Amino acid sequence: MAGGNSDIEFIKKGKRLDGRKPDELREVRIEAGVLNRADGSCYLEWGNNKVYAGVFGPIECHPRHKQQQDRAIVQARYTMAPFSVNDRKRPGYDRRSSEISYILSQALERVVMVEQFPRAAIRVDMQVIEAHAGTRCAALTAASVALADAGIPMTDIIPSCAAGKVSDTVVLDLNKEEDNYGQADLPLAIVPSTGEVVLLQLDGHLTPEEFEQALDMAYKGCMDLYEIQRAALANRYGGGA
Amino acid sequence: MSSATVANLMRGHIEKLAAQGKRTDGRSANEFRGVSIETGLIGTAEGSARVSLGDTTVMCGVKLLVGTPYPDSPGRGSMTTTAELACLASEQFEPGPPREPAIELARVVDRGIRESQMIDFEGLCIEHGEKVWIVFIDMHILDHGGNLFDCCTLAAASALGNAKIPNVQHGIADKDVDLSIGCWPISCTFAKLGEAIVLDPNHDEETVMSARLTVAHDENGNLRAMQKGYSGAFTPDEIKASVKTARTADKALRKALKEATK
Repeated sequence: MAGGNSDIEFIKKGKRLDGRKPDELREVRIEAGVLNRADGSCYLEWGNNKVYAGVFGPIECHPRHKQQQDRAIVQARYTMAPFSVNDRKRPGYDRRSSEISYILSQALERVVMVEQFPRAAIRVDMQVIEAHAGTRCAALTAASVALADAGIPMTDIIPSCAAGKVSDTVVLDLNKEEDNYGQADLPLAIVPSTGEVVLLQLDGHLTPEEFEQALDMAYKGCMDLYEIQRAALANRYGGGA
Repeated sequence: MSSATVANLMRGHIEKLAAQGKRTDGRSANEFRGVSIETGLIGTAEGSARVSLGDTTVMCGVKLLVGTPYPDSPGRGSMTTTAELACLASEQFEPGPPREPAIELARVVDRGIRESQMIDFEGLCIEHGEKVWIVFIDMHILDHGGNLFDCCTLAAASALGNAKIPNVQHGIADKDVDLSIGCWPISCTFAKLGEAIVLDPNHDEETVMSARLTVAHDENGNLRAMQKGYSGAFTPDEIKASVKTARTADKALRKALKEATK
């Protein structure tokens, strides 16, 4: 958060600058099974965000010292293409990608039945090819679908969505301008069947009341995304999801 | 079983077919796989293209930024090409800084574009000795189904053909204009399978090939860049024959490129 820029009026007559209501998601489109080589894959468009996720596994765990004798590890890897942002991003891995990859791995380990594959790795690679705020949520949402597409045993799939604050109003799913100049950003990911929170970050300033409102709003956003994820899988594999 | 193991088991089969002028996927020796090109997909890039050649898919984004010219060419813009073998494209790709295969790939594509004078670098000079446009060509391999060289060259050419110079954003002029294209390079890659040579190797064929030859032509049939790879060998006659084949075999790709960038 840039600390909030009060000069911009983000909400006019109950509508946001992109025409959404405060609790409205951007349009999300998910397609499962889009890559040939990966064991499972997913392409997701979320507003103007565009993300690919690909899964390989269970495979041999490299480097060796990361192996766990009693379970598999989930190696999630979040990367952004140099052309995904307006100022070209230097290619390669940076500290931000590192942190995001780490927390996404941990979130996914909650639902992947890792105890079934001792000493193995399940690789989840996420490529952001166009970024307009909310890409970690988009990547995690796509990753779950790719894991399911790969046939990896899981207790559930994980949807992820952020809430935030702009012009002193709590809103769902910040867009680029809201993210750059808003007052808070709270990405959330849940396990819908149990209601557990598996990813939570906060960046910015919220009162206790606003926090509760934002958490509830993001939770509801996740549940809406869950339906879109299930529909994408049903669309690929048939059957009523 | 890993795909490398499978391919090794298939080695005899692939080489036997190749000796008869046949392929595992039913193609003839000098036939490209189906190609599809979509352009202008990425709003944050000045030019972009997603290109599939058979099972291989490459996403290429072109960005133009204002920078300073090299001291030895004060009146010319410049370009930088990178290839990212994204982990999701193959179980064989591993994270980390680009290694030799990715660097070779980017440099071969770079040479094809540079040497064909596809980009008019003098036209990218904004202020002599001070300010020029730098063209960044970033290729992300999304699906590795073999023959990344030709797919990447096609993706880079398509994205450049789709690129606009962002004058407005950088306060250079009041209108964005198309990047002017001087020439369209196409590369053709051959693989040596046993004693036979085939065009556009698929993933299994690449796993068992002994040598690789990439030939980039411009639209007038002149050679612009070449690269031989792997530890196997070609005879001079084989190379001459492949260059000759490439001149006609690139028609399908040229047609697709023309349609995608018109």
